[in-house]
Amino acid sequence: MVHISRSRQDRSLRDLVDWEQGHVSREIYVNEDIYQQELEQIFGRAWLFVGHESQVPNPGDFFQSRMGEESVLLVRDRKGELHVFLNTCRHRGMKVCRYDEGNSLLFTCPFHGWSYDTDGRLVGVPNFQTAYRGELDKSAWGLHEVAQMSNFYGSIWATWDPKAPSFEDFLGAFVPSLRRSFEGSDGGDNGLEFFSPVQKWRLPTNWKFPGFSFAGDHAHGAMTHRSTTVAAFGPQGELAGGDRHGVPSRWASTEYEMSIPALGHGGHGRIYEQPGVGPYVETWQTVLQADDYYHEMRDKKAEKYAGQYLHGVSGCVFPNVICGGSRILLWHPHGVGVTESWRFYTVDKGAPKPVKDAQRRYMMRYCGPGGMTESDDMENWNYAYPASLGTVARRLDYNFQNGVGHAYADDRVPGFTLNYRIGEENQRSRLRRWLDFMEAGSWDELSPAKR
Amino acid sequence: MAIDTTQQAIERLLLEREIEQFLYHEAELLDERRFSEWIDLIADDVHYHMPIRRNVKFGEQARENSDADSEISWFDEGKATLAGRVRQINTGLHWAEEPPSRVCHVVSNVQILDVHGDEVKVKSRFLVYRNRLQDEVDLFVGKREDILRRDPITGWKVAKRTIVLDQNVLLAKNITVFF
Ligand code: FES
Ligand SMILES: [Fe+2]
Repeated sequence: MVHISRSRQDRSLRDLVDWEQGHVSREIYVNEDIYQQELEQIFGRAWLFVGHESQVPNPGDFFQSRMGEESVLLVRDRKGELHVFLNTCRHRGMKVCRYDEGNSLLFTCPFHGWSYDTDGRLVGVPNFQTAYRGELDKSAWGLHEVAQMSNFYGSIWATWDPKAPSFEDFLGAFVPSLRRSFEGSDGGDNGLEFFSPVQKWRLPTNWKFPGFSFAGDHAHGAMTHRSTTVAAFGPQGELAGGDRHGVPSRWASTEYEMSIPALGHGGHGRIYEQPGVGPYVETWQTVLQADDYYHEMRDKKAEKYAGQYLHGVSGCVFPNVICGGSRILLWHPHGVGVTESWRFYTVDKGAPKPVKDAQRRYMMRYCGPGGMTESDDMENWNYAYPASLGTVARRLDYNFQNGVGHAYADDRVPGFTLNYRIGEENQRSRLRRWLDFMEAGSWDELSPAKR
Repeated sequence: MAIDTTQQAIERLLLEREIEQFLYHEAELLDERRFSEWIDLIADDVHYHMPIRRNVKFGEQARENSDADSEISWFDEGKATLAGRVRQINTGLHWAEEPPSRVCHVVSNVQILDVHGDEVKVKSRFLVYRNRLQDEVDLFVGKREDILRRDPITGWKVAKRTIVLDQNVLLAKNITVFF
């Protein structure tokens, strides 16, 4: 069990996190011991996002990804099967692969030369006959593979825990939402491809600031992003008064916070007052072809979903990834006070090049460390951290009370609770799940089926 | 013949000197946060690109820097977006630069690679130091390759700028300085 540090006094984790009333001790964001326990209890057990099959289309293709603090390799083996391995040589621990991505039918360790096939088998050991006398059991010393891997409509997820439930059970009611995050704009499953490379950058704050705020904190937008309105960098450029977002659908709808309290997944979604998909609204006036393309896709989607009530929730999959809106936001823990942010950008597989280019450039000016919107998020998440570190500051709670007690179930979105669009319901649900993970001895206590 | 060569050498020196002075002037405007004046030195058709650097195998250097034509970069934009960034900073509400950072652009190793009509291809090194609030420090170091174009009003304009930052994982939380 975790060592109780002096600053935590003898308070239990449950005492630190009162998600029901929205009082949460700053300790859980700044305490080194709690952080170490998160790596074990959360990142060692939950399903984590690893990558997308479009990043490794051919046998031998690999992508160096990451789970928690640790480097992993997403590899397509010679037979075309996908694997996720811990990126460490079984001999003395050297990083087996130090390239970000590439193609290789053999991973040869640069330290003493052990080599592994794309399916993880140890196939080559120097001096095997002479020095090892042929006695080394190579079959027992292959690359360490995740306990479970799931290909969810093209996206790849993995967990180190053999007792974790299936990925779909882990998602629960979030399955349809996440599935739509990987749809093309025509509504077709597995319709996306990922751009290369990944934007990676270090942010001096605890991973939960971005991880739980993004897709959980609509309250920050008006203040944090006030300066973006003048920049007019949305798809429509300076037309329509300029905005950072595209022009929304004209159908009557209401936006809500939507969360799955027991599982910690959720985000924001819009519920339309009528079934189906609304008429296309032109928003790419500055780009030739883009509106034509997206209009056509929209019509196909409308055909597919005719008569169905849609609620697109782009949001967080507990613990540290946000999916939707042409990007995947991944917040890796990198020490208690540092987050390594990874940003993947996505686009319709079949989109013509000018559309892909327009989408890509829009994402680059909006998102990431150079993006006009997110550069300001980084400043706020950064400085909230040191201002919470002090001896006195850390005695205080954070306030997560926005919307406490006002969430309600709604038949249109089974499994979710709704709340006013600006609130902290999502963050409370993540904190609730966080506490469950931190307290649970094993998946027996965490499985949604058993709750 | 000798006169011609001397004449050419002098012209070359003058051009180098002029280009250097232009790059220093740009750096001065940026460090003094005179962004509205700086943006006037940027050509309307500029391509401003900062690729992401990959760790690739020996022999695959062609893939090291992300490609502006189809891949993701740190920046890949034209003048409209750069001008939007200037407007954003000038609101005083762009929190990443409010209160303003102290920024110092050091430009060196200026080499003229090619002269073509009224355009000059120039390579240089940069070291951009950003210091914020009490003790926050970021160092952006790398190479730039510019195409500068003669301009009747400003002397020169930046028609193309490729900024090759020597980092893989960006070691800063954001990039809100111009290069
Ligand atoms: S550490 Fe890899 S071969 Fe020794
Ligand atoms: Fe934001």
